[in-house]
Amino acid sequence: MNTRRRPSGGRIDRSRPISFSFNGRRYLGYQGDTLASALVANGVRLIGRSFKYHRPRGIFGSGAEEPNALVQVGEGARTVPNLKATQVELFEGLTARTINGWPSLRLDLYGISDKLGGLLPAGFYYKTFMWPRGWWARYERHIRKAAGLGRAPIDADPDHYDKRDVHCDVMVVGAGPAGLMAALSAGRSGATVIIADEQSEFGGSLLSGTGTVSSQPMSSWLAGMVEALSAMPEVRLLSRSTVTGYYDHNFLIIDERRTDHLARPDPRVSRERLWRVRAGQVVLATGAIERGLVFADNDRPGVMLASAVRTYLNRYAALPGRHGAVLTNNDSAYEAALDMQAAGLDVTALIDIRQRPAEGLLERAREAGIPVYPGHAVCGVRSGFSGMTDVELCRLTASGDDVLAYKGSVPCQVLAMSGGWNPTVHLHCQSGAEARFDEKLGCFVPGDSVQRARSAGAAKGIFDLGGCLADGVEAGRMAASAAGIAPAATDIPFAKMQEAMSIEPCWELPDGLPEGRGGKKFVDYQNDTLASDIRLAAREGYRSIEHVKRYTALGFGTDQGKTGNINGMAILARELDQSIAATGTTTFRPNYTPVTFGALAGRGIGTEFFDPVRRTAMHTWHVENGARFEDVGQWKRPWYYPLVGEDMAGAVARECLATRKGVGVLDASTLGKIDIQGADAAEFLNRVYTNNWAKLGIGRCRYGLMLGEDGMVMDDGVTARLGEQHYLMTTTTGGAAHVLGWLERWQQTEWPDLKVYFTSVTDRWAVVSMAGPNSRRLLQTLCDDIDLSAEALPFMSCRQGTVAGIAARVFRISFSGELAFEVNVCADFGAHLWTTIMEAGREYGATPYGTEAMHVLRAEKGYIIVGQDTDGSVTPGDLGMDWIVSKDKDFIGKRSLYRPDTIRGNRKQLVGLLTDDPEVRLPEGAQLVNEASTDYPVAMVGHVTSSYQSACLGHSIALALVKGGRSRKGGEVYAQLMSGEVIRATITDPLFYDPDNALQKT
Amino acid sequence: MLEIRCPWCGPRDQSEYSFGGEAHITRPLEPESLSDQQWGDYLFNRKNPKGRHAEQWCHSAGCGRWFNVLRDTVTYRIEKIYKVGQAPGTGDREG
Amino acid sequence: MRNKYSIFNLLRHSVTGHSNWPEAWRSPDPRPEYDVIIVGGGGHGLASAYYLAREHSVGRIAVLEKGWIGGGNTGRNTTIVRSNYLWDEAAHLYEKSLKLWEGLSQELNYNVMFSQRGVMNLGHTLQDMRDIVRRSNANCLNGIDSEVLTPADIKQMVPLIDVSDRARYPILGASFQPRGGVARHDALAWGFARAADRHGVDIIQNCEVTGIRRKNGAVTGVETSRGFIAAPKVGVVAAGHSSVLATMAGLRMPIESHPLQALVSEPLKPVLDTVIMSNAVHGYISQSDKGELVIGAGIDAYTGYGQRGSFSIIEGNVSAIVELFPAFSRVRMLRQWGGIVDVCPDACPIISRTPVKGLYFNCGWGTGGFKATPGSGWVFAYTIARDAPHRLNAAFDLERFYSGALIDEHGAAGVAH
Repeated sequence: MNTRRRPSGGRIDRSRPISFSFNGRRYLGYQGDTLASALVANGVRLIGRSFKYHRPRGIFGSGAEEPNALVQVGEGARTVPNLKATQVELFEGLTARTINGWPSLRLDLYGISDKLGGLLPAGFYYKTFMWPRGWWARYERHIRKAAGLGRAPIDADPDHYDKRDVHCDVMVVGAGPAGLMAALSAGRSGATVIIADEQSEFGGSLLSGTGTVSSQPMSSWLAGMVEALSAMPEVRLLSRSTVTGYYDHNFLIIDERRTDHLARPDPRVSRERLWRVRAGQVVLATGAIERGLVFADNDRPGVMLASAVRTYLNRYAALPGRHGAVLTNNDSAYEAALDMQAAGLDVTALIDIRQRPAEGLLERAREAGIPVYPGHAVCGVRSGFSGMTDVELCRLTASGDDVLAYKGSVPCQVLAMSGGWNPTVHLHCQSGAEARFDEKLGCFVPGDSVQRARSAGAAKGIFDLGGCLADGVEAGRMAASAAGIAPAATDIPFAKMQEAMSIEPCWELPDGLPEGRGGKKFVDYQNDTLASDIRLAAREGYRSIEHVKRYTALGFGTDQGKTGNINGMAILARELDQSIAATGTTTFRPNYTPVTFGALAGRGIGTEFFDPVRRTAMHTWHVENGARFEDVGQWKRPWYYPLVGEDMAGAVARECLATRKGVGVLDASTLGKIDIQGADAAEFLNRVYTNNWAKLGIGRCRYGLMLGEDGMVMDDGVTARLGEQHYLMTTTTGGAAHVLGWLERWQQTEWPDLKVYFTSVTDRWAVVSMAGPNSRRLLQTLCDDIDLSAEALPFMSCRQGTVAGIAARVFRISFSGELAFEVNVCADFGAHLWTTIMEAGREYGATPYGTEAMHVLRAEKGYIIVGQDTDGSVTPGDLGMDWIVSKDKDFIGKRSLYRPDTIRGNRKQLVGLLTDDPEVRLPEGAQLVNEASTDYPVAMVGHVTSSYQSACLGHSIALALVKGGRSRKGGEVYAQLMSGEVIRATITDPLFYDPDNALQKT
Repeated sequence: MLEIRCPWCGPRDQSEYSFGGEAHITRPLEPESLSDQQWGDYLFNRKNPKGRHAEQWCHSAGCGRWFNVLRDTVTYRIEKIYKVGQAPGTGDREG
Repeated sequence: MRNKYSIFNLLRHSVTGHSNWPEAWRSPDPRPEYDVIIVGGGGHGLASAYYLAREHSVGRIAVLEKGWIGGGNTGRNTTIVRSNYLWDEAAHLYEKSLKLWEGLSQELNYNVMFSQRGVMNLGHTLQDMRDIVRRSNANCLNGIDSEVLTPADIKQMVPLIDVSDRARYPILGASFQPRGGVARHDALAWGFARAADRHGVDIIQNCEVTGIRRKNGAVTGVETSRGFIAAPKVGVVAAGHSSVLATMAGLRMPIESHPLQALVSEPLKPVLDTVIMSNAVHGYISQSDKGELVIGAGIDAYTGYGQRGSFSIIEGNVSAIVELFPAFSRVRMLRQWGGIVDVCPDACPIISRTPVKGLYFNCGWGTGGFKATPGSGWVFAYTIARDAPHRLNAAFDLERFYSGALIDEHGAAGVAH
């Protein structure tokens, strides 16, 4: 039963009743209702409790401005906290709950804080909870529990989200009268137009109004208008689509909600879609939001914005009360009073703060039988169990600053109030432009645009329908023209024009009582910020509006102060005896209204899309053969290949031994590969590598070390000379993109005269490395056109030929210290090459090995891994690699090697470490000390960078950076671990296996 | 979200580009002749102006070419776009 | 004593409707001359002034702020406090700061709400874990609390986090500093301002420095929007604008100013009891006492003084958070904002004398300055008062950019085979 539903009218569909629940009780509404309008129609007045004082609260507004009626909608994984009931469209089966109130909404024990109000002024928490020292954590636990709004879901979101990038000539924000006309006139010119509106249907204020446009009832004019726009192919209409942000260079974000209004959404449809719009021109037709008035107990359920009352009456045919009053300082609320009276909501008083409202208005009110009280105000509210019952009237002094006389009370279940209108300048200000205070209109209006944008209609301070329609036409025409499109003529629809709306700004109504005595006067409902809080802040020296905002939490709520901020600023201005213009506004920042995280993330989450996954051509084989993978950069690399029942240590030991004794096979495709060609390629390499490249012969390879200009090791790898002017550079897996960018940058910006060209070929080639004494024999079975002998293909050389029937490049290079070959083939044939090698290798004991075994093998040889054994603070000298640093030429980073700190003697140097007990492995990352101590801080002399149990050597090995390490060989050092354990180690050469490097040359 | 006009590809979203910092810092021809002070200046010290800034950008997710941009670091408005090697602020006014 | 902040005085003042609380700080007109001028009324500047007055008994001190105090990065950051830095120099400096934090509410008689709920740094790759172990070991030897957590430990402390391998970069572990946490950023500035004011420091807002006057290589005072103010010593702590101030003194700095953005969700009931940071997926998150999820990421790549950044950073940042916390996908982002951070090549600050005698710079804190506020002020005050660095900031001088003795806190470079 909708006890408060008008028998006819409104935009609800009475043929489609909807059942929903609120706080566990079932109610009925209609298609077209919001949760708020349905609750109003059901006579539900108490919706929630406030944040700080836990005061009972009801519905205050009818849209994005709502500060009070926050609800938790839905259950389980699909629950959403903190929705404004005024923006939740009703659907069959909707469940909603109040978000504050413990143990229940009606009996809220935290309500005690209302009584303690005197102890809890703005910023009280800064002044207390400091003792006993260390107790803040305890206080905080209780504060946190009492604060917060709704509850986050605890399960992963079952819905998905998407994004679209679009361009348009004209972006129109808001589909009220001005926006519709702007879209029409821009669209008629042929411009591509997007018009977006946050509501479920287009129309803005037309949806809540009464009267006519071009002699038609508003609703039929609106329907015709939307139809006309829909028929234009270049105009895209987006409803339920909030423009939430306006960024640099005319970039706007639209958050389109696609399924939340549906009882049974299609799971294939994304829940929300984020439109990323780059607009040629922007028309901001964002309308205006009414502001409340600040008086004692102005937060009682039943106190509403006059515009909201009109919306509930006209759009939803719902009566917020049986009888009520209107409180205003301007003309606009007279319409609300007339609508109330017409709807059967008996107006007991029209209280106008102004001493002399226009005679025409008074006349119309009297004609409708509404008692008008000019020069009066409300100075108190009486409430019953579920909301207000009466308002207390007072007569104001001529100045309006004080109470002249108390005039008793008037019965009133709903108080429709209007403190004036604030143009919605949020997006205008987000774009970087200013808002300026218009004394006559009593509000902030848009200042000059700084981007390619203009405001139109109420967003610019035009408050009559006729004016908005006309301004919309003009704005659309100008936007199209500015976008370079010849405008077409558009007729201006006829609607009632109005002389400038009369308003007497009034920021706080007096109650004739000293501060702290009367009822609380709320400025910001959601944060329970009182007028007295703002004055307290000012008295205490928090005078910048930003300080006041932060000290009192004014405007920090989920409504972002849409109804209260300006009142707060004005109260501050008065306290500081300065103008509102001088007081200024706080900064308007995105979002205009909250945006779902999921929509911001879009598809960019999860295994596949958070970051691209790169897999080699042999990936499937690795998966099928039980590889465990390691993330290296974006690549998935086989880490080790455990056999059934084998642990990691066992697998790695087996892979290492198989390589050292037979042949190991590694997928090395992920190493960065850069094809370098050009007459000056060698000269270029000379400049980017520390060593000399002038004399590298064709078919030969060389290891190179690359430094940053700061002299620190940046990357390394082998580069081969394939032809006269043709090189192939390899880089670390993780560094490939950076190195390519680095080379390109130096060439393009510093040495454009050098003829050299770079192409990333990492993905082009699949690379299989075969290492171990049997590698030559294995490769020989698959390759008959390259002489693989040591004489014909010596260590550090390369040839082109055919392997496994595929054109291949064969490099004789080694990262394991073994005889080794790397075969590169076109990636399309990588899987074929790999399986062929594994099959042919069976008789040689070919064993696939992963990155972990690769790390062990290279560490046994003392080969560094950039990024593991270096950390951006390591020079070639620190690594004992002076042999690769040319004295004869300049190269990037060279000069930095001769600075006082880089020539210092006791720099950390790369050494090997051996533990006393061969079974004890030093943890990687262990810090080293000369003397273990518990007298902190303990002086550290280095740290372990790499450490493994070497199956081949039968003991653990480690690489470490140790201060002055090279001169301490044979000496001792201690790893003092965070566990308290201390492990002694002997400093050695960082070379544990085949110290003469004989094997790799065999 | 900047929109930058690549001299080769036209206007594209900022996400296609990478930023390269202050432009017109020439690498010393003879680094070894520089004092530590001079070398440190080259390595690290930057104008970092509040206002007009000549800077390098690369259309890294596009054509891969580096170019120079004269941009206001407060308004983010782009004033000029010109090629590497051209004098600061050469070329036509943007937008 | 009746104006000391306490529950008893709150009670006492409630009788008069709190009409008689004195100003937290005065708003004096600038005097023609001071012993020390601090340029920049953020947390660091106010802390510097406070310690100059309290620890070094400097008589006439002014803090000049071009806008409102605490309006720069102090009021724009995500308030994470920790000291688990890798290198000794940084660790000691930040640990000094953390120790000061631990008694700050009582020392300032202003509740800065320092909440030691712990800070977790997640590792997602094997190299991340090596770096975490290295840093944690170093922290312990430096006397800084640090633990290494397994995914199971993490899940127990943070039930909503996804430690499964459904994630693109699964969580392999974390370092944890229990003494780390969050604080109330505005309160830090206001608390230092009030305490400094009690020690006679003049805090002058809406006073922009437009020039730094020098004579014979020594500073003599500053030109301001309110006229010339003389002082033999000037300390510049103007994060975001350090290069602008340096230019006024004819100096160039190894600094670039970048936008840094942050965002908050709508308030929620308590759902996250510690601070989570992830460099690998690029996001950090904590929950404020009010219930908002406070979220940040890295800087915008380009330089800018606009206090606003690119939307794509926000998108990436939120993706990272949803990746870590799949349940937060339906939570809504309320508001975002930006600050300007001065970034040094080695991600460490400059707290240093300059070639101009009597001119000192404290800058380059990058994205991590908030946590250092008390310690930064403490060493900067020492440096100004003695015209020599304290041993805690000796390494953070300008000379390091010429000698090469950088303190590279970028952590290990993200390069691996």
